[in-house]
Amino acid sequence: MSRRTRSRAPLALAIPAIAGLAFLVLPLAGLLIRAPWSTLPQRLTEPGVLAALRLSLFTATVATVVCLLLGVPLAWLLARVTFPGRKLIRALVTVPLVLPPVVGGVALLLVFGRRGLVGEWLDTTFGFSLPFTTTGVIVAEAFVAMPFLVISVEGALRGADARFEEAAATLGASRWTAFRRVTLPLIGPGVAAGAVLCWARALGEFGATITFAGNFPGRTQTMPLAVYLALEQDLDAAIVLSLVLLVVSVLILAGLRDRWLGAT
Amino acid sequence: MKARLLAAVALAAALSMTGCGGSALNDDSPAGGGSSASGPAGSSAAGPITVLAAASLTESFDRIGTLFEQINPNLDITVSYGGSSGLATQITSGAPADVFAAASPATMATVTDAGDTTGTPATFARNQLVIAVPKGNPKGLTSLGKLAGSGIKVALCAEQVPCGAAAKKALDAAGVKLTPVTQDQDVKAALAKLKLGEVDAALVYRTDARSATADVDGVEFPESAEATNDYPIVALKDAPNPAGAAAFVAFVQTPEAQQVLTDAGFQKP
Repeated sequence: MSRRTRSRAPLALAIPAIAGLAFLVLPLAGLLIRAPWSTLPQRLTEPGVLAALRLSLFTATVATVVCLLLGVPLAWLLARVTFPGRKLIRALVTVPLVLPPVVGGVALLLVFGRRGLVGEWLDTTFGFSLPFTTTGVIVAEAFVAMPFLVISVEGALRGADARFEEAAATLGASRWTAFRRVTLPLIGPGVAAGAVLCWARALGEFGATITFAGNFPGRTQTMPLAVYLALEQDLDAAIVLSLVLLVVSVLILAGLRDRWLGAT
Repeated sequence: MKARLLAAVALAAALSMTGCGGSALNDDSPAGGGSSASGPAGSSAAGPITVLAAASLTESFDRIGTLFEQINPNLDITVSYGGSSGLATQITSGAPADVFAAASPATMATVTDAGDTTGTPATFARNQLVIAVPKGNPKGLTSLGKLAGSGIKVALCAEQVPCGAAAKKALDAAGVKLTPVTQDQDVKAALAKLKLGEVDAALVYRTDARSATADVDGVEFPESAEATNDYPIVALKDAPNPAGAAAFVAFVQTPEAQQVLTDAGFQKP
């Protein structure tokens, strides 16, 4: 056993593997190398940066909560209930994964915009419109990030042994009780992993946000948007903002990886 | 294997070189000769030309590019439109382009200061802001002051891009303080929000309002005179096609091209 694990990988695999690693890591290293370290502290404390970071963290977190509330039941439905058209529904759920985010933004505008299917009704009935609001940012982020959660949770549900639920049912538990007391604890790590992925995707969301929610500092300007606009004027500022986003993402993913992903 | 790959690369390189050389030599073709009437445009250049141009030039440069290719069939123009400032960053980061047309001298300056240009930029057009409103102006927005009214949603360009800088100047000149609902990354994005009905007004260039005349009215306002934008154009130093770049820069300043710009609502500089 130990000999096999220590044996050298064949060059035909090692070389492309190292090239692949370099390809993924080098751009990140590029940010670190090119960063204006000497002016970093004062740039980081600029009010615009903090406002964008705070907004990003807030909206990504709320979007993740929304995704949990809607996505976990959806995943349960897809994994545990047989109904006609389930395959189609599952495919539809994953569409935002592959859809260009800008297209998602346009689609959201056509539905939730002031003249959209639902948006017009919201506007005339409640005088409330989603575009250009922080809520709009959350909607855009949730739309793009929810498939990540649904896929993770559905995978966990399929991996979990359904016999525990059946046992709970024979002991008189309702389906809801069984879900709450048996299934959820069973798939907890899977849900957490999905939530982390979902949060990270929401944090990095750009296309749907700028299309649907617009760009206004403090209200809809999240970090990715701030990076994009900083690039218009000041490369160093864009690098600093990118660095912050990179550090936050890596910290969260690394911090949770051992605890959650490792456990599954 | 390796030898065969090398040979293929060498062959491809040789083919592309003879391809370029061949078309350059072929410039005594009838079309090249026929272009002599249009002055500097009928050059001996050939091949592709990549132009980076401000988003507000979209309609004009599409037409100018077509005219230019009719006169110079050996040249193939590709224009990439975007926020001027973003394009400038692309150029200073080494984007392989031949010509840069910006929506403001300040944006052009970032490229000339970086030493990425050949010669002095030529100013070829001037643009002014208008208040773009939905057709028929349902909310009666006839001045900058009315935009600051309550319940009016306005889209501006971000101050980092020229149309946003111009909007700020105009609003300052009018003494109007308004909070837009969005600060878009270029003028076309601001106009799109208006066309979608998400905002009641957007401060855009007169030319953009005119390009969307089916859905949009452009309301002129006096303070826009305080915030005109001059459009400079220049050939880039590391242009893959220097002769083509020079030809296009020259063509933009010919009466034919200037007519296209005037028709689109630009003023003469």
